[in-house]
Amino acid sequence: MKPAAFDYYAPDTLDEALAVLAERGDAAKILAGGQSLVPLLNMRLAKPEALVDINRLRELDYIREENGWLAIGAITRQRTLERYPLVRQHLPLVADALHALGHAQIRNRGTIGGNLAHADPASELPAVLVALGGELVAASVAGQRPLAPEEFYLTYLTTTLDPTELLVEARFRLPTGRHGGAFLELSRRHGDYAMVGVGVQLELAPDGTVARAGIGLCGAGPVPIKATEAEALLVGERPGEELFAEAGVRAAAQAEPESDIHASADYRRDMVRVLTRRALRLALQRAAAADTQ
Amino acid sequence: MPKWIGQPIKRAEDPRLLTGQGTYVDDLRPLPVLYHAAILRSPHAHARIRSVNIERALAVPGVVGILTPQDVLEMSDPFPVGVETPVRYYATATDKVRFVGEPVCVVVAKDRYIAEDARELIEVDYEPLPAVVDPERAMAPDAPVLHEDIGHNIACHRSLRYGDPDAAFAEADVVVSQRQVFPKYSSTPMECYAVIAQFNPINGEYTIWSNFQGPFSLHPVTARALRTPENKLRFIVPPDIGGGFGIKSSMFPYIALIALAARKTGVPVKWVEDRLEHLAASSSNTDRVAYMEVALKRDGTILGMRQKLIDNVGAYIRAPDPGCLFRPLGNQVGPYRFQHLAVEAYAVHTNKSLTGPNRGYGCQHLYFNIERLLDKAADTLGLDPAELRRRNLIPGSAMPYTTPTGGIYDAGDYPATFEKLLELANYARLREEQARARAAGRLYGIGIALAVDPSVSNMGYVTIAFDRKLRQRPGYQAKSGAAETGTVMVDARGNVTCTINTCPEGQGHETTVAQLVAEEFGIPIENVRVVADFDSNSRAWSIATGTYSSRFAAAGASATLLAARRVKEKMRAIAAHLLEAAPDDVVLEDGVFFVKGQPDRNVTFRRVAGVAHWNPNALPPGIEPGLQNTSVWNFEHAVAPDDQDRVNSSQLYGFVGEIVAVEIDPETGEIQLQHYYSMHDAGRILNPLLVEGQIWGAVLHGMAGAMYEEMVYDENGAFLAGTFMDYLCPTAMEAPPLTIGHVEYPTPASLTGAKGVGESSSETAPAAIANAVADALKPLGIEITSLPITPSKVWALLREARARQATGGQP
Repeated sequence: MKPAAFDYYAPDTLDEALAVLAERGDAAKILAGGQSLVPLLNMRLAKPEALVDINRLRELDYIREENGWLAIGAITRQRTLERYPLVRQHLPLVADALHALGHAQIRNRGTIGGNLAHADPASELPAVLVALGGELVAASVAGQRPLAPEEFYLTYLTTTLDPTELLVEARFRLPTGRHGGAFLELSRRHGDYAMVGVGVQLELAPDGTVARAGIGLCGAGPVPIKATEAEALLVGERPGEELFAEAGVRAAAQAEPESDIHASADYRRDMVRVLTRRALRLALQRAAAADTQ
Repeated sequence: MPKWIGQPIKRAEDPRLLTGQGTYVDDLRPLPVLYHAAILRSPHAHARIRSVNIERALAVPGVVGILTPQDVLEMSDPFPVGVETPVRYYATATDKVRFVGEPVCVVVAKDRYIAEDARELIEVDYEPLPAVVDPERAMAPDAPVLHEDIGHNIACHRSLRYGDPDAAFAEADVVVSQRQVFPKYSSTPMECYAVIAQFNPINGEYTIWSNFQGPFSLHPVTARALRTPENKLRFIVPPDIGGGFGIKSSMFPYIALIALAARKTGVPVKWVEDRLEHLAASSSNTDRVAYMEVALKRDGTILGMRQKLIDNVGAYIRAPDPGCLFRPLGNQVGPYRFQHLAVEAYAVHTNKSLTGPNRGYGCQHLYFNIERLLDKAADTLGLDPAELRRRNLIPGSAMPYTTPTGGIYDAGDYPATFEKLLELANYARLREEQARARAAGRLYGIGIALAVDPSVSNMGYVTIAFDRKLRQRPGYQAKSGAAETGTVMVDARGNVTCTINTCPEGQGHETTVAQLVAEEFGIPIENVRVVADFDSNSRAWSIATGTYSSRFAAAGASATLLAARRVKEKMRAIAAHLLEAAPDDVVLEDGVFFVKGQPDRNVTFRRVAGVAHWNPNALPPGIEPGLQNTSVWNFEHAVAPDDQDRVNSSQLYGFVGEIVAVEIDPETGEIQLQHYYSMHDAGRILNPLLVEGQIWGAVLHGMAGAMYEEMVYDENGAFLAGTFMDYLCPTAMEAPPLTIGHVEYPTPASLTGAKGVGESSSETAPAAIANAVADALKPLGIEITSLPITPSKVWALLREARARQATGGQP
């Protein structure tokens, strides 16, 4: 379990990093927190010619609230976001999902950008971003471009990011009005990748009907899945058990899970149904408990 | 009142281990330069090796040499096996590869990076062959055959009969049967295998530094394969090993492999196994298919049992297997008093990785088999599972009790201990809770499992694998014994050094020995130093040496205590001489020898020690200078099997009783362990902290087999659990709420009164959890017959059951 030899770059600025990527392109892999890449290197499942270590790019280590959005720099540690007061107090969807992402030791090293760009469909954060309707920002020497998750994720461990591009930011609109979120997952053990996970975000109109609903699924297909059918069902309706149950059925219908040694595809699909209902129920409780903002 | 024994003394090992200052194989620098090995392993489950080309790999700068299958054939012999079948098991594949991960070549280079680079350049031409992974399928006449020269896949088959099982079944009111499947899992110690090997061409001696845990009966097995006399194969073990659990008994093939690589390349070679290698190709317990049948009277009395056990030993059976089948033989009836038993035992070759001892060694299988069957029997008879067991336990008055299979249960009171377990768990209240839960439509279950927990295995049990006619032939050399050694030295200032040869893997042997010896001498525990490394060149050792079968507290500890007693007797004679008293009138208390009834006539322990070393001419006649003793502790009932296949396979028998309560989420199939009660008789408890740690670990190990860990293969022999993302060890997060209780029935068979406890709950947890889950699902007509039980599997069973109910019971 020793990696093959590689060239090592440790740029100090984003510009330097993008210049290296422009030069090495396909031959380079980006090293952020290393929680997924380093095992792949050690097992020689990945044998890049070059590693671009972006841990020195302090300019990508930030969490900013701006114009009703939360913007998170790519090198921000997962643990930092988990402890961010706004997240802890008002965004239980994000807080729950981060708590389920590996263990504290992993989150101390693992980065937001690394997790999102690794594109493991069983991981929690891509599903959260989908539920929140967030977007990603890619940078290259040519400039920056925003990407919706639906455009970003292609299939297992594969994104539309160009080899010369670096994911620099993830951002999402902060929910308004009465809102509540929840993330529920089933994993064999605490801290494992989810067999299935469901993130939901509900925003309620003053009359108590659902103003916005976001539902993201992980472990339910080759990419994080946005349960659009269930979302559409919810909007404009008065929330309740029957509605949530039907939303679960619709979310399950959009899932495309596979079988592995931990769970069958049938199980995963049915758990999308169960967890969607349960997460909606919990999100509603939280919305009801939250102060009107 | 003992000052040290029985006290919760913190481990003497902890300061160094917790601060990262332990000395493991990887910390050793025994030679100025070491070269590093990378092992090329088979990607195929079953394939013929057409050719091996190492040219490109050899050309990599920094590569010293490569050991090939051809070298292994030329330089070594097959490891001796413990069965009559002539299995040709070498340190690498030779003609064919027979499981994914089987070693094929060893690259030796300046560092591990280069060795792994070069490994990728070795070209092996394989001709893939059909594979077989299921042991029953492997027994079929048309199954792919692993070893053509044997012609079939059965490595061992014995039919054992005790009493008159046919009559018992003919007499039965009820016969209950069940087919059961027990999974293949391991213990995944934190430290993987590690070997440093040096070959000296001048004197032909191999020196091996490794984290081998024993038994040293595997030393001659290794020597035979290396074609060397035993006294030219030197084993050195450092003071710290990062966990063993039986898995490190099975590393001897790698000792031979790295020794051969060192001999071939002419340089000392170091190999530290990585986790991928460990999961794919170190060791595990067997997976087992069992056909169990029990004959009962209507009142629940067990008349007899039939057990057909088919154990999957992987591609090559290796010593001490088929211990998987026979290690528990003396306790094959568990804590029950029935007299009639038939055991049909098979060890079968398949294209899976190799097997060996794994915490519980056969008992986790056996008690899953028996206890699962008894729950079904209780259900069939309409009896509470606790009541069925109560009616069949061996009474306390019968101790010591000889089982029909030859086990001699040394001490205990199973009915009394069982009642204590029921009290601890408040069993009646648990059943009330269950009734309430069921009335509310919840899935709540209670599982019981009982076990006679064997410790200190008798080397003789392995020969049960041989037909008894073979064992009766003239010239047959019987095997028996369970001896262990220990040395105590008192220096001139009265400080004590003990050397033990048990190759501890983190259990706290140094602490326990210090407690026993400080107690014996009446000196502060800080004055006792315990040296726990091992060197076969300089230590007293024997075939049974090592740590396995929960033997330390009875075997190694007794040997060391015996040595201390003998030194003490000598010191008493010296003290009596100095005090001008008769030795019988002199006693030792709190570090002072004095004449009984005259405490003023005294001499200190330290002064006596000083005289023994500094002034030998002042010693009484016949007393030699110095104070040291090496003693051996053996067990009188560790005898070879008799001509009826009866054997006292272990020397001490503890008792474990467990009650588990679970609740199952009817939608997700998740299993919540609500309560876990664990009652133990481990004999005299030497250190309750260490015992508690062992029980926690054993519960988690058993729970692992019940709910988490499995070495999964697909039907073509591909290994699907090759990383810790797929092979799931439970962590502290998954630990159940555990309540531990103790009774102490000290054993007369050891000097310490202690029985083993290291395996204990690992033998009962799979059965107890399975029984609890089965009980929870019983209202739906669901039977649990295989492990591990996962949420996905429970969900599938629930779905089938609901479909059955919806169609009025029709499938």
